[in-house]
Amino acid sequence: MSSVALAILVLAILALIFGVILGFAAVRFKVEGDPIVDQIDALLPQTQCGQCGHPGCRPYAEGIAAGEAINKCPPGGQTTIDQLAELLNVDSIPLDSEHGVEDVRKIAYIREDECIGCTKCIQACPVDAILGAAKQMHTVIVDECTGCDLCVEPCPVDCIDMLPVATTTLNWKWPEPPQTNNLIATDRQPRFEENPS
Amino acid sequence: MKVFSFHGGIHPPENKKQSTRASVRTMPIPKSLVIPTQQHLGLAADPVVSVGDKVLKGQIIAEPVGRISASLHAPTSGTVTAIEAQPVPHASGLTAECIVIESDGLDQWIEHQAIDYKGIERSALVNQIRQMGIAGMGGAGFPTDVKLNLGSDHIVTTLIINAAECEPYITADDMLMREHASEILEGIKIIQHLLEPTHTLIGIEDNKPNAIRALNEALAETDIDVDLVVVPTKYPSGGERQLIQLLTGVEVPSGKIPADIGIVVQNVGTAQALHRAINHGEPLIQRIVTVTGEAVEHPGNFWTLIGTPFSELLSAADLKPGAMHRLVMGGPMMGVAAETDSIPVIKTTNCLIAATDSEMPEAPAAQPCIRCGMCEQACPAQLLPQQLYWFAKGKEFEKAKNHNLFDCIECGACAYVCPSSIPLVQFYRFTKSEIRAEELEQRKADHARERFEARQARLEREAIEKAERRKARAAEAAKAQAERKKQSSSETAQDDTAALKTAAAVARTKLKKAEIALKNAQDKGLDGVETLQATVDKLKQAATEAEQALQNSSTTEAVQSTPTKSEPKEAKPDLKALKQQVSIMRTKLKKAEAAEEKDESEIEALKSRLEEASKAHTDADNALIELAQSAGIDLKQLRIDVAMAKVAITKIERAISKSDDETEQEALKTDLESAKSHFAQLESQLKPYE
Amino acid sequence: MSLIRMSSPHVTRSNTSSGVMQLVILAMIPGILALTLFFGWGTLIQVAICLASGLAFEALALKMRGLPISRYLGDYSATVTALLLAVSIPPSAPLWIGIVGMFVAILFAKQVYGGIGNNPFNPAMVAYALLLVSFPVQMTSWNLPYVLSGSEGWSIPAISESLSLIFAGSSQMMDAYTGATPLDILRNRDGFTTEEMWRSNQTLIEGAAAYHALSAAWFMGGIYLIYKKVFTWHTPVSILVTLGFVSAIAYGVDPSNFVDPFNHLTLGATMLAAFFIATDPVSSATSNRGRIVFGMGIGLLIFIIRTWGNYPDAVAFSVLLMNLAAPMIDHYTQPRSYGHKRARLGPKGE
Ligand code: SF4
Ligand code: SF4
Ligand code: SF4
Ligand code: SF4
Repeated sequence: MSSVALAILVLAILALIFGVILGFAAVRFKVEGDPIVDQIDALLPQTQCGQCGHPGCRPYAEGIAAGEAINKCPPGGQTTIDQLAELLNVDSIPLDSEHGVEDVRKIAYIREDECIGCTKCIQACPVDAILGAAKQMHTVIVDECTGCDLCVEPCPVDCIDMLPVATTTLNWKWPEPPQTNNLIATDRQPRFEENPS
Repeated sequence: MKVFSFHGGIHPPENKKQSTRASVRTMPIPKSLVIPTQQHLGLAADPVVSVGDKVLKGQIIAEPVGRISASLHAPTSGTVTAIEAQPVPHASGLTAECIVIESDGLDQWIEHQAIDYKGIERSALVNQIRQMGIAGMGGAGFPTDVKLNLGSDHIVTTLIINAAECEPYITADDMLMREHASEILEGIKIIQHLLEPTHTLIGIEDNKPNAIRALNEALAETDIDVDLVVVPTKYPSGGERQLIQLLTGVEVPSGKIPADIGIVVQNVGTAQALHRAINHGEPLIQRIVTVTGEAVEHPGNFWTLIGTPFSELLSAADLKPGAMHRLVMGGPMMGVAAETDSIPVIKTTNCLIAATDSEMPEAPAAQPCIRCGMCEQACPAQLLPQQLYWFAKGKEFEKAKNHNLFDCIECGACAYVCPSSIPLVQFYRFTKSEIRAEELEQRKADHARERFEARQARLEREAIEKAERRKARAAEAAKAQAERKKQSSSETAQDDTAALKTAAAVARTKLKKAEIALKNAQDKGLDGVETLQATVDKLKQAATEAEQALQNSSTTEAVQSTPTKSEPKEAKPDLKALKQQVSIMRTKLKKAEAAEEKDESEIEALKSRLEEASKAHTDADNALIELAQSAGIDLKQLRIDVAMAKVAITKIERAISKSDDETEQEALKTDLESAKSHFAQLESQLKPYE
Repeated sequence: MSLIRMSSPHVTRSNTSSGVMQLVILAMIPGILALTLFFGWGTLIQVAICLASGLAFEALALKMRGLPISRYLGDYSATVTALLLAVSIPPSAPLWIGIVGMFVAILFAKQVYGGIGNNPFNPAMVAYALLLVSFPVQMTSWNLPYVLSGSEGWSIPAISESLSLIFAGSSQMMDAYTGATPLDILRNRDGFTTEEMWRSNQTLIEGAAAYHALSAAWFMGGIYLIYKKVFTWHTPVSILVTLGFVSAIAYGVDPSNFVDPFNHLTLGATMLAAFFIATDPVSSATSNRGRIVFGMGIGLLIFIIRTWGNYPDAVAFSVLLMNLAAPMIDHYTQPRSYGHKRARLGPKGE
């Protein structure tokens, strides 16, 4: 009888010890992860264009965290969708064309001699990228503009153009070398030309 | 002197003999010179000449912007004929801003003189070097003044003069050493004076016996504390980090610069240019360029003015017609292939290789990597090129970065040895630029988020403030109401006037809105125009009535409280409205023109309306100008001044956002303050007339 | 003027994968000749069979994958695989052995993984191991070196005899030719000591020299390849040194039960393995340090399997096992990059 009691006692003590250790570990090594919304928000392009149907990227991040589809952000495009899929551990899906299509990066330019200084674009710009005061011509700060398009519509004289960002020697990127060999699953396309030389 | 060694390296055929047979020739002055404003990392120089200006040889034509930037000088005397985008020596083959100078053939120097560098302040000397536009002539063209003006936190123990010139074909430094060894030593003295290193080493490969002899002779003649270290020939011993390892046995920690471990490396060409600049007052406007390759008849080295087009150099070396298949600026291992020969020589152009097809055949199609490890044996940075290649190919950028991709010096040794002819270096460059772009994008996104959030917070704050103000006003109004009850009836009348005013304004706005809607409807030919028309009519009537009422009451009151309005104030709303009208009209016209289904007459009508509106606007504007003139102010000039002031503010702001140097930012900020106050002053002057 | 624009470097060493493979083929010639000399025409016939079937399978696989056949056949990797298998199987093995072997080697061990450069295992060894496990009788039927077979001296059976043996493949005929290999004899001693075997067994007494000569032929080829910088010395040297060292210890402790180091290195396929099989770049470790570890593993495994295992030779299994370990070896033998304090190890970013 006493041996049974002893066994129970030993087990109980062991359980207690491990419980304390585990509890301590849980407190001590707690991972202070970013809340998921912050992590999602960090992946979104922050163009703040609202094409996803939300008034900005953060609300959409909250939406995704609440279970919304991840393919509603055209400025981010497939890259962002892939990153989101990886973060959330779901399958990647193509961009929902209902919200727009992927486009080259653009930046707003105000034709300054036509600007009437109505300040409407300033009010529309989500990142305060437009400089100017009432009745003065306005200018876009190129480095701040996210290319969200929101300032184009309100302009009463249509003097805002969205122009693609020009490639200069400063932002030029090396092209990807041609892929010559490929792995099994995808390589049945006749992608090979014999080298003519 | 002990020579260490570095991992890997290769021994490509040297091909240096061809261009060292003859001594250095001097290129004739070309008809026109093209000087790119950006010749290195950092910011492009800012042109200080304009089209049509006459310049003298050595005259400064562009000034540095920011810390990492070098000034540019006219290589010969002549006229600035253009400042425009032209092809530049860059791997992208793109164009960039260049200053084009038509030479007058006189080659007339601007006044210049030597400086006694020992007798002036360090900062003055550094500034002089900056003014002279001295930049690294071996590699990336890093401005020399930055390298020589290290903060007090960097103590330089070792100065290394890079004379290795390890790339095949290139012999520019070799020839410079053979012919101007003593000038190089004089330049080294200047660097020593600035940096005060404990010892100075010249690293040179053992395949340049003539240069070694020349240097030794010059060393014997001057009193200078320099060790000449001969290193075995192995590519890339001239790489900055590799040379440091060869000569000192230490490695520059990843992500650091040599100065962090007390070492500064300068190229021999730079040393010579420094000597010319300080001891003769000649800015950096020429350099030695090797022109070689099987497609030229007489390979050799040339003293060439910066800005000379490649075509001139090639014809000076007698290009065989039709033989050139590839034109490489720089060496065969790291050089950049040019698409056209109209590209100019810049400060870093050390070599031009006009290669025939058989000399540099097109690379065979890449075969799969067989993991032979030859690339790993050759890599001087001790990376795992085959691993990096897999990551680059699979676009696993994160992993590539973790495998120290950014320690790759793009020397090309791996691609040189790869039996599968994989363009490894291009893979790395591609991956690097993708990663850099991604990081930039991320920074931008973060920045945008911050700004968005700041704006959001501001809007919220403003909304709260507004609400509070409204509350306060309401409370005040209530108080006033209560008070007013006790007041005399004359004030009630005033109150009425106010109410009438609002009513009239509201009626007017409504009318305007309705009119716009009507116009839209008419423009678009929509249904329901009639009802709209009726509404507008009704509203018009209401507005007139309201106006009438207001008129009546205000005339009765006029005696009591009509302020004598000054003329400009009256003109003000008119002018603004007119201007807007003109713009809106113009837009409409454009839209109408764009939408082709509109018939001619309508466009005509719009046009005439636009004309009328613009005329009204101009008239009003002229009236204003006259008015201002009577007050002794040139309104046009004033306006231009205001605009200029504003642009100045923007420019400074941009400069602030770009610069990352604290002190510079501070200085810019004070500039900004003064610009702002100037702007405010101008604006207040302009105010009454707008 | 049409100038081309491309990334540097603009010159490359004129070595190609196919050039490397051609050198390997060249270096195998002495070994193949020696085999023919001592074991008859069978070796050459096997070479022909394996080459024909190997190239056919390779072409088939490339066609199915839609890759340019001539370009990929031109890399000679299938040729080398065929040669390696041909010299590994017994010269008198029936026709289908070679064909089945090449089928496995090319289609399963190589193309299924994505073709050249992607196979985790040495294809020839995969095929050999599979054949050995599936058809032990045919795969262990090595004839005795012909220096033994006639007392009147050197005589190789006529080519017709070898042909009929291989194509007709009657087992009685085969029995007449087969005998255990020297290493087999030394392992299955029936209670005798190795010294006693050396004194008593005819094969050992008269045949060992043929095996030694064969090893010398492989060795020569291997040295030539190192001289030609086709591979570095690290793998072969570490295999040979490890095997020699371990067997020397064992022999020193108990000479009557262990084979001496010299015969370990020269009686079996050690030389072939060290210079031609373990050096296959695709499936071995990539860094020099890694290759030393890789070779040590193979040397050790060869000794263990030969001494205590059940199969006549241990080369194939040793190499395959180490192929399996190669990625791990690579991971732990990464070089320390320039400017870094330590090698980049551990799970960071993996
Ligand atoms: S669609 Fe626009 S607002 Fe929505 S997440 Fe993308 S960038 Fe942000
Ligand atoms: S300037 Fe226009 S396009 Fe650019 S961020 Fe502001 S609103 Fe968007
Ligand atoms: S040299 Fe070429 S084939 Fe060899 S491992 Fe490196 S990348 Fe692969
Ligand atoms: S290019 Fe980069 S990876 Fe290739 S050898 Fe040079 S440093 Fe190594």
